[in-house]
Parts: sequence; C-alpha cells; structure tokens
Amino acid sequence: MAMKDVPDNVFMTSLDAAASWARSNSLWPMPFATACCGIELMATASSRFDLARFGAEVMRFSPRQCDLMIVAGRVAMKMLPVLQRIWLQMPEPKWCISMGACACTGGVFDTYAVVQGVDRFIPVDLYVPGCPPRPEQLMAGIIALQDKIKNGGTLNGTEFGKRTQPTGPAPFDLDELIRIREANEKLVALN
Amino acid sequence: MSAEEALKATYPGDELTFSQFRDNRRVVVPAGKLFEILAFLKNEQHFDMLSEITAVDYLEYEGAKDRFGVVYVLVNTKTGERLILKTHVNDPEPLLPSVYSLWKSADWLEREVYDMFGIRFSGHPDLRRILTPDEFTAYPLRKDYPLKGRGERHNFPVITRAES
Ligand code: SF4
Repeated sequence: MAMKDVPDNVFMTSLDAAASWARSNSLWPMPFATACCGIELMATASSRFDLARFGAEVMRFSPRQCDLMIVAGRVAMKMLPVLQRIWLQMPEPKWCISMGACACTGGVFDTYAVVQGVDRFIPVDLYVPGCPPRPEQLMAGIIALQDKIKNGGTLNGTEFGKRTQPTGPAPFDLDELIRIREANEKLVALN
Repeated sequence: MSAEEALKATYPGDELTFSQFRDNRRVVVPAGKLFEILAFLKNEQHFDMLSEITAVDYLEYEGAKDRFGVVYVLVNTKTGERLILKTHVNDPEPLLPSVYSLWKSADWLEREVYDMFGIRFSGHPDLRRILTPDEFTAYPLRKDYPLKGRGERHNFPVITRAES
C-alpha cells in the first residue's frame, strides 16, 4: 500500500507504541493510603488540584480494576502482607508509585513495626519525595510515570520479565555506619 | 452519693487510694479485688461503659514499687461521670481477671494491652495479638524493648517484577 493512499486522519505507528500510549493516558490508580500522605492523595483528586486533567483520576478500591498502585503513607509490618496481596491481585501491566518519605524509606519511623521502604518487598516504578509531598508533586510524579510508560512499554509486557530484582536498594549494611564514622574521624584528625 | 463514697462505704479499710488531678477522679485498687470492684461499679453505680483499658510500664520509674500499672476508664452514660481505676501487677507472670463478662468492649482493649505489654487476662475468650503480627514474640511497649526492635521487620517474601 503506497503512502499516498492513506488519508490524512490515519497515522502509522507500532502496536507497542499505540498500546503504551493508550495505557499511559488511562491510568486507574489504586489508593493504598495508610497515613497523612493519604490525605494529600485525596486532595490531589479533589477539585482544587484536579488529577482528572491527566487521565488518571478513576480511583478504584478494587485491585482487579486498577493498574497503578499509589502507596501513600507508612506501612506497618502487619499491613505488608495485605499490600503484597493487593499488588498480586492487580492485573498486568501495572505500575507502582511510592509516595512520601515513609513509603520510600520508612521516614522518621525507624521503629520495630514500620517497613523501611515498601520497595524492599514490592517493585516500585517511581518515588515521590516529601513529607508529605504536595499534590503538585504527586501530579508531577504521575506525569513522569506516564512518560515512562509511553516510552518503554511493550504490548505484552516483556519489559517486566527482565526485572528479577525489586527495584529498591539492598538492605542497609549496619557496619556501613561504623565505617562512615571511622572515615569521618580520620578526616577530622587530618584537618 | 458519689461513686467514691459508695466505694469507701462498701470496701472499708485502707486498701483503696483516692486522688484527684484536674477533673480526673482516680482510684487505686489492689489487683485481687479488681474484678469485684469493677462489677460493683458497673452493677450498682451504673458505670455502663468501659471506654479504655491501658497500661503503664514503671520500669526504673523513681519510687515505683510495682512494674506495671493497668488503667481502666469507666463512664456513666446517664450522668457523664468518669472514674479512672488503676491496679498494679508484677513481673514474671502479670495476670488479671478479664472484664469481658462485664463490658464487651474489653475484648479488643484487653487484647491490645496483652499485645503491647504482655499482661494476660484470665477468662478472656480470644486473647490473641491485635496490632503486631501473630508470630511476633516481644511486647513492644515494655520499657526494656528497644525502639528499633530486634530485627523483626524483614521476614517477608520479596515480590519482584518478573513474578508478580
Ligand atoms: S511521609 Fe510524612 S506525611 Fe507521608 S505518611 Fe510519612 S509522616 Fe505522613
């Protein structure tokens, strides 16, 4: 088929790109809001900030209908199996945003019961920093994720299969603290 | 007659200590008499709501003779009166009678005290942990438990992209 036969309102692309484009503009978030960040997430969806402008406003409380999990708030040990189960119940392809210091790293809650970063146990695609992040930050995060989906996706999700590690950092080596302190002491002695 | 006067009249002797701070009226009772006194307050004095049970760990507290204090907050829903009851238990086997038979709200409240302080309640229908996972072994609100725990945080399976 010669190009001159194609009418103006038809454009050519690969199936992968078309699928990624469709997915990126119809994200259905699953709000996993456990603490103060959750309030900020609600504000993001409210009329003042209006997440609906970016095609990502259909908050679903049923994991079967979602493809974007937003972990907003600190996750306690007893809650983590629930989080993992909800993640597993979401159909592929799916993405995860870790919102706020607590979800990303445990935040100030370095206590016996708070998970020090959900990315150690479920895969996370995008981190939104802040305590709490402003709605604009979350929106910027969602737009960045949309770009990521648009640019990297395939129709059958083969890009996910290559990731065999959760994307988060390795567990922190406690001896590292001692090494840092010793290095600092050496520095002080030198000066 | 106020609840304190009724208590004084029914349980003469020096085993009850009454005090008041701001608007809080408080009674300290011996652990052995606890259930009897609570039943009296509920049945005779119309304290029909148990609004709270909590505990305090007095480890290394200046002047403390007992390790744990267990606190009951009672409310009279007719008059709005509140009364705070405290009793003491001690280590190796801190045990109190459950008041589940008097107030159903004691169910979760006693489970919470058990979960956080390791104080057991005999006669409770379902004394399981409520806030921490079932396989947890320590009692986190005891003063001798480290703030960061003993490494209980990380025994979960890791879900990766490839397998989810
Ligand atoms: S990051 Fe800050 S605002 Fe968000 S859940 Fe943690 S403490 Fe709350």
